[in-house]
Amino acid sequence: MGLPLEQIIIQTINGLVNGMILALVASGLTLIFGIMDVVNFAHGELVMLGAFVGATTLGVTGNFWLALMAATLAIAAFGAILQVSTLRPLLGRDPLTTILATFGISLVLQKYALWQWGPSARKLQEPITGQFSLFYLQYPWYRIATALISAAIIGALYLFLRYGKYGIWIRAAMQDRVMAQAMGIPVPSLHIGVFAIGAGMAAASGVLFGPLAGVTQNIGADFTLRAFIVVVVGGMGNLGGSILASIFISLLEAYASLIVSPSQAVIVSFVALILTLLFRPTGLFVPTPK
Amino acid sequence: MLTLDNIHTYYGKSHILHGVSIEVRAGEVVGLLGRNGVGKSTTLKTVMGLVRPSDGSITFEGREIGGMAAHHVAHLGIAWVPEDRRIFRLLSVMENLRTGLDRPGVTEARRTELLDKVYASFPVLAERRNQAGGTLSGGEQQMLAIARAMMLEPKIILLDEPTEGLMPRMVSQIREIIDLLHRDGVAILLVEQNVPLTLEASDRVYIMEKGVVRHHAPAADLRANHAVIHQFLGV
Repeated sequence: MGLPLEQIIIQTINGLVNGMILALVASGLTLIFGIMDVVNFAHGELVMLGAFVGATTLGVTGNFWLALMAATLAIAAFGAILQVSTLRPLLGRDPLTTILATFGISLVLQKYALWQWGPSARKLQEPITGQFSLFYLQYPWYRIATALISAAIIGALYLFLRYGKYGIWIRAAMQDRVMAQAMGIPVPSLHIGVFAIGAGMAAASGVLFGPLAGVTQNIGADFTLRAFIVVVVGGMGNLGGSILASIFISLLEAYASLIVSPSQAVIVSFVALILTLLFRPTGLFVPTPK
Repeated sequence: MLTLDNIHTYYGKSHILHGVSIEVRAGEVVGLLGRNGVGKSTTLKTVMGLVRPSDGSITFEGREIGGMAAHHVAHLGIAWVPEDRRIFRLLSVMENLRTGLDRPGVTEARRTELLDKVYASFPVLAERRNQAGGTLSGGEQQMLAIARAMMLEPKIILLDEPTEGLMPRMVSQIREIIDLLHRDGVAILLVEQNVPLTLEASDRVYIMEKGVVRHHAPAADLRANHAVIHQFLGV
């Protein structure tokens, strides 16, 4: 059975779009892991909260871009509070402690969202409604826009980390927390800042994702799982690796769904995870350790 | 300027420092000698705020700093050059230096001045300013570690075995840097295994054994009287 070229091209675009949204989530997760050694199992819930805050703001103001900004800033501030109140006291403890703590936070946030926004799915109205012809289907411009916006946010993060004063501090602290602090870098404040950045990026991806599917209190778990796979496949704490892995995994799933049903296509990312852990546990997109 | 008074430090349950008392005066180079594992590096880490003393006091310019967070200690004017150098391997040479330069209150003119100074002392760092720290040789990394500490304009540098594993040519270069810092009025607490270098470079020397200071004398006295060195260090 040969696959038509059109389908492959469509799935490539789908994979890239999904990959960029996932990269937005995963780069926050990997930054937080890189600097604090904390795997934030509540990361997907920050995506979910961002989507809900975005939906509420959109309902009040009717402006999608304002909703995107508001959700990003609100969840970034919430992330900072979360870091200070629950993660900071646990820093340096056994990894199991922070895993359980962040898992606990994720459950609390899910139930809060259920209580606050109810069980029915909400869909955000996309700000760009146009479509263009892509072979036999009408492809929404909004999906292309989400990929570009995600790429722009990730690009800004890259420039900030590469050239900014605080970016250098963050990279230094990711490599050697103790030495960074001995150089006068206020590492505890940096942790708050990085958590806020990661939370804000998660929220932004939640709002961008909102128009593509319904938002419920349960969408977070899926994001956490997928971002976690990507971060492991890309190499823990490696930002570039996470972004490449997001695209790689999303393309894999997109191509797999040409052959099997989309719900079965998810299996390929687990296979990729297992193969990575078996044969290259440091991650696919990192230089071979010397 | 820096006074350690009866410092006790533990790593978990093991008692490393059993009441260490050391004093470094402004602008002084003080050597800290002792065999491996007597607590010399732990002494420096305790001053830096990386290990919390369980008892005793550390004062710097009259202020108690025992147990203070490392970044606050650094802001007071204490810099640390660790034994294993701890270069930020993925950061360029320039970025490594910027970790010490990008602090509040450093004017553009002062930045240039500080950079010019280390580039004059370590020309190789100027050549490699855009190269990743991890690609430098051991000696170059040591120079970068010292240069990085100098970016903080410290009043005292805690220098932990700067010549360990270096070629003789590099060792004499490190020696020159110590003298240069000394002339600039920067105090140094120098931990070393290289006894001749320590005796030459220091004003005073403390000798540690099993977590306590056993002997303390002007370096000139020890240079003249090798029996003491032989007694404590077996060399």
